[in-house]
Amino acid sequence: MTKRMARRTAVAAVAVLAVVGIAACSPPVKTSAGAGTGGAKAATSTSAADLGGMAGLVDAAKKEGTLNVIALPPDWANYGEIIKGFEAKYGLTVNSAQPDASSADEITAAKNLKGQSKAPDVFDLGGTVATANHAMFAPYKVATFNDIPASLKDASGLAVSDYGGYMSIGYDAGKVPAPKTIADLLKPAYKGKVALNGDPTKAGSAFSGVVMAAQGQGGTPEDISKGVDFFTSLKAAGNFLPVDPTPATIESGQTPVVFDWDYLNVAQGKKLTGTIRWTTVIPTGAVVGGYYVQAISKDAPHPAAARLWQEYLYSDEGQNLWLKGGARPVREAAMVAAGTIDKAAYAALPKAVGTPVFLTASQNDAANAYLTANWAKAIG
Amino acid sequence: MGALLGVLPFFAYTTIFLLVPTLVVVVGAFLDGNSRPTLANLSALSQPQIVSAFSRSVLLSAVTAVLGAVFGALLAYAVSTAREGGTLRRMMTSLCGVLAQFGGVTLAFAFVATVGFQGFLTLWLQKAGIDLAGSTWLYEPDKGLMLVYTYFQIPLMLIVFLPAVEGLRPQWREAAESLGGSTWDYWRHVGGPILAPSFIGATLLLFTNAFSAYATAAALISSGSPIIPLQIGGTLSSEVILGQENIGKAMALGMVAVVAVVMTLYAVLERRTTRWLGR
Repeated sequence: MTKRMARRTAVAAVAVLAVVGIAACSPPVKTSAGAGTGGAKAATSTSAADLGGMAGLVDAAKKEGTLNVIALPPDWANYGEIIKGFEAKYGLTVNSAQPDASSADEITAAKNLKGQSKAPDVFDLGGTVATANHAMFAPYKVATFNDIPASLKDASGLAVSDYGGYMSIGYDAGKVPAPKTIADLLKPAYKGKVALNGDPTKAGSAFSGVVMAAQGQGGTPEDISKGVDFFTSLKAAGNFLPVDPTPATIESGQTPVVFDWDYLNVAQGKKLTGTIRWTTVIPTGAVVGGYYVQAISKDAPHPAAARLWQEYLYSDEGQNLWLKGGARPVREAAMVAAGTIDKAAYAALPKAVGTPVFLTASQNDAANAYLTANWAKAIG
Repeated sequence: MGALLGVLPFFAYTTIFLLVPTLVVVVGAFLDGNSRPTLANLSALSQPQIVSAFSRSVLLSAVTAVLGAVFGALLAYAVSTAREGGTLRRMMTSLCGVLAQFGGVTLAFAFVATVGFQGFLTLWLQKAGIDLAGSTWLYEPDKGLMLVYTYFQIPLMLIVFLPAVEGLRPQWREAAESLGGSTWDYWRHVGGPILAPSFIGATLLLFTNAFSAYATAAALISSGSPIIPLQIGGTLSSEVILGQENIGKAMALGMVAVVAVVMTLYAVLERRTTRWLGR
């Protein structure tokens, strides 16, 4: 279930090898952009205005004709519909490579395919991987750049948060009582039933699950030790289930309580309607948010199309499509204020009570260091 | 020259799949993120979670090797007393041939489907009034993992140990008996000493077999990386903590060192066994 982890990693690794192998055998490919002056101009443009406004950008993108995206599963945050919408609106072809790849694989692919027409134009990355790879990105500010909260974007537009969600508890309402708080899960009713989506030292979602537990137990973003202590108690109570939850384990009833992003739990619930009452709750006072990050490759073979894709994603249309997939678009607040948000989809999101917490880079590092040293001990 | 040509594909194969990866591991263990030499990766091995993963791995491998060796040896002896070429013996050896290779995800799945939360045995016991639901023993390294590992160790032991047991000649036993020796005397002075080197050798083989196993554990345990192969996997696939690939290589180097010690012992013992059985 972790998009950028276990389920996909193996497939992706094979795919990357295959791509590299094929690339090595093929004759040199002429790069599609950079040939005309338009391409060169697009590659350095930092806003649509540099290309003569939106119309100029659309023209330049249409000349390029294609957009290469990578690691965008069609069932993840509604990407399938978003890609179709973009193709229909601008008449470009979207090449979606390795939908199951991880964030790290995206960067690897960009490095290995550099200079070729198949290289990825844009990235959709986990926060940690994005921060570590700023040197790979080209700065660009979309028209709606000012709507995005300052803490969720790089000021120059190198990397900008795109959509996210809150950490949540998904549970089988037919099997366990509804948990309201994190501490509820320590009760005997949850014996051998609580699973975390992966290992927090490996997967971003599991990491955020521990941060959520810390918040729920009175910890702070600076100090997540209470979250780790919570899992120690959960383990001691016999409630912690070290099984990696997947749609299959949820459906078969092996993992009746799962810590995961709300948009994944909600999507799971929709899929299981009629078989299992899979319910999603964001625990009171423990609202932990996480965003994915959008960036343009500085070696993008289709620089104008890459920029047009950004404009589309951050437009009301693109943002509402993510919302429809259960993810919270980064312009949520501004769109609510302007009344342009898809109200039905917005109302369907699980309710969050409390101020959402987003870890800063330094809090992230501190939490990582603490987890590395203590996680195995906590649940060993 | 012809012989050399014949083994060339083998050498090419081992170069690509053994020699090169080993070199990558050894060199990588001494480099930092910018390819400059460093000893930091090796000193990172003293971190408590890595030390405990190493000790857990060694303990898990040692216990399952001894259990597998003892039960496998008894089984091998039982099979060796069956008629040579008989149905029982043929069935047991081919069954063990299959089971010894029955590891990884399929084995883990078999256990989950049998004694997991929704496993048929669990549900069946539930109906009989014994509620095991909620017990996570299968997913714990010192219980479930040990059981699952032992499951593939016993058949492997049978395969590697059966030839040694078959090497015991009935005449030796008859000789011992005709000199007034009891069964105990025979095993104490004849059978035991002859089998000892190959028994210990096979145990060492089982140890390395368990020590390097990854997929079975990965399929069962998703959190905490309690054993060293899972720790190494974590350094390569983590999206949370980046840039620790070379610490993973240092851990792999540690594993190579452990296996090298075991294989040296194995080689010494193997030489002794061959000498004994060759005569």
